[in-house]
Amino acid sequence: MTLPEGNPETNSAVAAAPAERQWSAQPHPSPVSPTFDEITRRRAKEIIARYPVARSALLPLLHLVQSVEGFVSQDGIRFCAETLELTTAEVSAVATFYTMYKRTPCGEHLVSVCTNTLCAALGGDAIYERLKAKLGIGHEETVGEPGTTGSLTLEHAECLAACDLAPVIQVNYEYYDNQSVASAEALVDALRRGEKPPPTRGAPLTDLRTVELELAGFTDDPVAAAAAVAGPSAAVETLRGVQLAAERGWVAPAMPAEHPALPPLPEK
Amino acid sequence: MSTPENTGPGPDPLTPVLTRRWTAERSWTLESYEELDGYQALRTALAAHPDQLITLVKDSGLRGRGGAGFPTGMKWSFIPQGSSGPGAKPKYLVINADEGEPGTCKDIPTMMADPHSLIEGCIITSYAIRANFCAIYVRGEALHPIRRLRAAVAEAYAKGYLGTDILGSGFDLDIVVHAGAGAYICGEETALLDSLEGRRGQPRLKPPFPATAGLYASPTVVNNVETIASVPAIVAGGSAWFREMGSEKSPGPKIYSVSGHVVRPGQYEAPMGITLRRLLELAGGMKDGIPLKFWTPGGSSTPMFTAEHLDVPLDFEGAAGAGSMLGTTAVQVFNETVSVPWAVMKWTEFYKHESCGKCTPCREGTYWLEQILERMVHGEGTASDIETMLDICDNILGRSFCALGDGATSPITSGIKYFRQEFLDLVAQQPVVARPQQLADMERAERTISTSLSGASA
Ligand SMILES: Cc1cc2nc3c(=O)[nH]c(=O)nc-3n(C[C@H](O)[C@H](O)[C@H](O)COP(=O)(O)O)c2cc1C
Ligand code: SF4
Ligand code: FES
Repeated sequence: MTLPEGNPETNSAVAAAPAERQWSAQPHPSPVSPTFDEITRRRAKEIIARYPVARSALLPLLHLVQSVEGFVSQDGIRFCAETLELTTAEVSAVATFYTMYKRTPCGEHLVSVCTNTLCAALGGDAIYERLKAKLGIGHEETVGEPGTTGSLTLEHAECLAACDLAPVIQVNYEYYDNQSVASAEALVDALRRGEKPPPTRGAPLTDLRTVELELAGFTDDPVAAAAAVAGPSAAVETLRGVQLAAERGWVAPAMPAEHPALPPLPEK
Repeated sequence: MSTPENTGPGPDPLTPVLTRRWTAERSWTLESYEELDGYQALRTALAAHPDQLITLVKDSGLRGRGGAGFPTGMKWSFIPQGSSGPGAKPKYLVINADEGEPGTCKDIPTMMADPHSLIEGCIITSYAIRANFCAIYVRGEALHPIRRLRAAVAEAYAKGYLGTDILGSGFDLDIVVHAGAGAYICGEETALLDSLEGRRGQPRLKPPFPATAGLYASPTVVNNVETIASVPAIVAGGSAWFREMGSEKSPGPKIYSVSGHVVRPGQYEAPMGITLRRLLELAGGMKDGIPLKFWTPGGSSTPMFTAEHLDVPLDFEGAAGAGSMLGTTAVQVFNETVSVPWAVMKWTEFYKHESCGKCTPCREGTYWLEQILERMVHGEGTASDIETMLDICDNILGRSFCALGDGATSPITSGIKYFRQEFLDLVAQQPVVARPQQLADMERAERTISTSLSGASA
């Protein structure tokens, strides 16, 4: 058997993937990825316009696709490929690299339990084990019919950059800080009942798809989105240093009253 | 509780500069930021020549806050300038907001509480390096910071701080807030650039360095959030003011993120060089009075310290001098209830999961290290495991393509260095039975590693 020279990435796109190349010529809405409506297509164009080079839009486009389908399907891969004139292999290679792109349909909510060392030592492992047993599911598995109210996808996550508030859970990437096994159980119970308990830090809880749309840079509800920005952020822990300094009267050295003159231009 | 007092000359124990606005009402809004002197430094900067700003930041001694501590002004000066040759290409500023190093939790609160300080820093830096496009690459899980940044960018455009002809200076800048998608390796600057170009986030071969061939093969500065958020304060206060804090080689204030078994975990902004002893006093001491066992000075990739190191000055030189690294000043504190082999296993699981798979020592090495540690912690270790692990680490350190591989060895080698007896005791407690499966695994591990190395050195 003789193999072709090089690889599909380095060879010209036309030679590498004749079949895929046809997609860019498809009329809109494309018969290949009909799931994606006109609004999504327009949003895809807006994303591309943000960058000096179109391919930079791929990660946001995959978030956009996830907001429509709740996961990245083959249709979603094709949609991205078609929009950016890439091969589906190129898009798949990217989609499978990143943990936030899910390959099976997700629940209304994504519950991520930090089980990295520090959270784990403070109870994160116990929380994750309890939730697994309680919901009867494992990592990246879903309880309930995906997408329906109260359905949940569970995952263990790496350090969520909130170690001072450990152990930490995120639901749809909103923070639920300082959790315990009991509070985590109460949280998923509420979610299963279709309730949306407010996060400790972040915006009022929506659902995974809404959040994926936000990550892509869009909103279907501008009023809610504006309010979301104001969601709480400063935990007690976050402010401890500043508050202690204020109590003790500790400050940084005083700055000069006027901005000091900048250094002279360096000699060439 | 003993009260730490400011003894002697020098700055106060805590020096809020980056964190000083965090308690303000709606601190994330433009209105609040401007009330607290926001966007004043920008006006001074735009009135100056860009090279003056580079000199200022060089003079200040500011060093990168993303882990490696590279001098920031020097990094900026590597960007080729001029109207012909490499200087003629477009230049880019990319902000590394991928905060994912275990223990690190300073950039996310910064972006939530005070996004405008980062944006003002971005505008000043872009002006200094002559970039007209800046991307802030935020890890995707950091949803609320992304919201706040996007809202802040919109406010800055509306006010004329972004867009064309900023404040009548003739300088144009666009900022995009780009959400990542969950991959620790994208914090490595060249992997980040690949990811930002819409590819798998895998590190690039250096050289060329980003300063000559970064984003879209053009000259690019990649800096951490905390680094760039420090810039407006340096413009406003001057380099001499900045140097009143910290030491000669590690000047300025720094956010120390104290987490774990302490009474009051949190973010403490102090002059560089504060010790753990001091930080523990500020954080109320060890939780429930259980003694300290081990801690990281700057995230899991920095070799761990023990109670012996309470007085090590936490600046770049101090941490390195004591056999570790300053890293991201993510001070994770563990008490005597935590098993070192267990903690090392958990961290190794992390590196194994996050290894991008590009190079063999890291991809295979983290895999085998994880297998050995899991087996050991679950009751089937052997005395030779310790040497095997050290051997594997030896084959990863300095032989991997990027610093993730090096970092993966830190918990293991430092854990064994300070707690070898605990590993031995763990193994000794385990039943002496024949474990053919495990011996076969070990042999395979050794074979793979030696093959990979002969492959890598060829
Ligand atoms: C595996 C790995 C992960 C990293 N993660 C981050 C990160 O999340 N944030 C960051 O600023 N730097 C990170 N770095 C360091 C960057 O490569 C780079 O040194 C830094 O962004 C430069 O900015 P600075 O000079 O302002 O520190 C990481 C490095 C490695 C090897
Ligand atoms: S050291 Fe690890 S993360 Fe870095 S390039 Fe090699 S495999 Fe990838
Ligand atoms: S270890 Fe859980 S947030 Fe850092």
